[in-house]
Amino acid sequence: MITLTHYLIASALLFGIGLAGIMTRRNVLMILLCIEMMFNAANLAFVAYARAAGDVGGQIVVFFIITVAAAEVTVGLAIAILLARQLRTLNVDEVDALKW
Amino acid sequence: MVDVSFAPILGWTTLAAPLASSLLILLLGLHRRRLAAALAIAGLLGAFGCTLQLFLLAVNGLLALPFESSILWISLPGFTVEGGILLDELSLLMALVVTGVGSAIFIYSTAYMADDAAYSRYFGMLCLFVCSMLIIVLANNWVQLFIGWELVGFSSYMLIGHWYAKPAAADAGKKAFMVNRVADFGFLLGILALWAVSSPIAAQRTFHFQTLQERIPSFASAGLIPTGLLLLIGLLIFCGPIGKSAQFPLHVWLPDAMEGPTPVSALIHAATMVAAGVFLLCRSFWLFEGLPPVMTAIAWVGGLTAFLAACLASVEGDLKRILAYSTLSQLGYMVMALGLGGRVAGMYHLTTHAFFKALLFLAAGSVIHMTHQQDIWKLGGLWRSMRWTSLAFLIGALALCGFPGLSGFFSKDEILVLAHEHSLPLYLIGTVTAGLTAFYITRAWVVAFLGGDQERRAGESPPAMLIPLGLLALLSIAGGYLGIPYFLGQHEGEFHWGVAAVSLAVVAAGIGLGWAVYRLRVVSAKQLVQALALPYSFLRQRYYVDAFYDWYVAAVQQKLFAGFCAWVERRLIIGLGVNGVAALTRGAGELLRRCQTGKVQAYVLVFLVGVLCIVARTVLH
Repeated sequence: MITLTHYLIASALLFGIGLAGIMTRRNVLMILLCIEMMFNAANLAFVAYARAAGDVGGQIVVFFIITVAAAEVTVGLAIAILLARQLRTLNVDEVDALKW
Repeated sequence: MVDVSFAPILGWTTLAAPLASSLLILLLGLHRRRLAAALAIAGLLGAFGCTLQLFLLAVNGLLALPFESSILWISLPGFTVEGGILLDELSLLMALVVTGVGSAIFIYSTAYMADDAAYSRYFGMLCLFVCSMLIIVLANNWVQLFIGWELVGFSSYMLIGHWYAKPAAADAGKKAFMVNRVADFGFLLGILALWAVSSPIAAQRTFHFQTLQERIPSFASAGLIPTGLLLLIGLLIFCGPIGKSAQFPLHVWLPDAMEGPTPVSALIHAATMVAAGVFLLCRSFWLFEGLPPVMTAIAWVGGLTAFLAACLASVEGDLKRILAYSTLSQLGYMVMALGLGGRVAGMYHLTTHAFFKALLFLAAGSVIHMTHQQDIWKLGGLWRSMRWTSLAFLIGALALCGFPGLSGFFSKDEILVLAHEHSLPLYLIGTVTAGLTAFYITRAWVVAFLGGDQERRAGESPPAMLIPLGLLALLSIAGGYLGIPYFLGQHEGEFHWGVAAVSLAVVAAGIGLGWAVYRLRVVSAKQLVQALALPYSFLRQRYYVDAFYDWYVAAVQQKLFAGFCAWVERRLIIGLGVNGVAALTRGAGELLRRCQTGKVQAYVLVFLVGVLCIVARTVLH
């Protein structure tokens, strides 16, 4: 049977993959996708805990996260479009105008 | 019984009238020449009338002296300053001289300055000058006196530098102001120290003349004030007169002040400014009286100034500068008299000197006005073309020498009698100076007014200049018979036949020498100069005092002291302090900004490490 532990392991794996993606990928779109993956890892953990504790509070938080994530993606994609238009690149290493 | 309740109003009007004239000229008269002159003369004559009325009341015994009227000006816990007028014999006589001689000079100025572009400014400043002097004369406390003192310095600066487009005049004004400021610094310290010792109880400290006069001597005799401190206060306060009355070694500004218009010189030398120093010594005579060492110092400073300045006058070729050195010399006499305990004698000589020195200056001004020449060697023959002016100058010169019967004779004789009683060396200096005085003024008169006939064409000055000359000539003749010493108190020195005979002999010798050299040409002036080449050049360089000050200011003050201050400021305060902090901040920023790589992943890594740290901490606890 699938217990809480299985869910949590799956969630941790998802989170780790997302984090690794953020750390290693240079494409803005890939980074945004990885961030989404980490969100969903967190969502999975919340839902699993809610189920185990028999409390809907965790599920409510997940709805919030989905909403906020939608907004975040909107902003993130808008930035990506602007980057592509202004700098003709999606490589984050080339976007360093604000560094010293 | 005559009602004297209006006396305070008269006193305040004396102060207010010239001030009001000055302000009105500033507001209304700057472009209306006649109005400015009329306002100035009206203001001063008003003040003169008020003073005369008060004087007559006092002489007739209707006004009890000393009379005081004051208003509270500043009142803080433990610190009060009044603004007030103090009328006693001293201030009444002085105010009378200031306004009386001043009026003559004002009227004279209308003609002398007639062609001047800044006519109105001149009269406005003249009024302010007289007003500042009256603030000093009528003051009933040290603060008010000091304010007047500084205002006199300021207005003299404005008037000496009246023709400021001329560099020499601008420099002379600046010099007068700065030399006076040096002296005033000591004076201010003296005033503050006197205030500090005026009472052991902080709340009762005072600047008030009469309270101090009652308190300080009794405190001193009770041992409440250390004698050394009191001596220091006396010397510091004497700094003021050294500057204002141009005593050695701060006399350097007075000859340069000749750059101003001649009536201003007359005013400075007779009624205002230089008289202030002597007046102050009289006013605070009670303080010096109890300090014999300070008195000795005062007497010697005065005696030395009298002698040294008379020597300088003997070699000077500029008519106005001769008179300037003569003033220095006569001021030296006054200061010496005060130092010898002769308050009345000093004040007496101040008064007669005001008459004949104003006369001499105005006569010199009349010559300069008509000939535009003030070098005595280029003048000459004026006796024929300017008879009245020559006569006026002659009367002034004789009064200055101490010709028997003229005003200068009486007052100078009193000082010499006093010196004869108290100090033999000072008596000798005074007598020799009397001879020198006779010599240099004979020289000036003979060379400029008899001499050759270079100035045949010069006509006589207008009546507006001759009438004041006449009035002052009358006063110079009659000044000795007005009973001035009796008004001030009693004579310090009785008439002494021996002293009078010696001084007359010396004066006659001086006149004779001057006449023999410059009129009869027994020895020519050139031969005399060649025979005495060394002392002559020493005197022509004015004892190198000016050269010393130039060197001191340029080498010591500017290079050494100011250089050190500039180094401290540039290197330590700006270099290390201000720029040092800036460099430190910039350096730290230079290091820290390396953290900002601009790589998103690097930030994420830092973030991750942070999160891991927090997690680790939570787990470990």
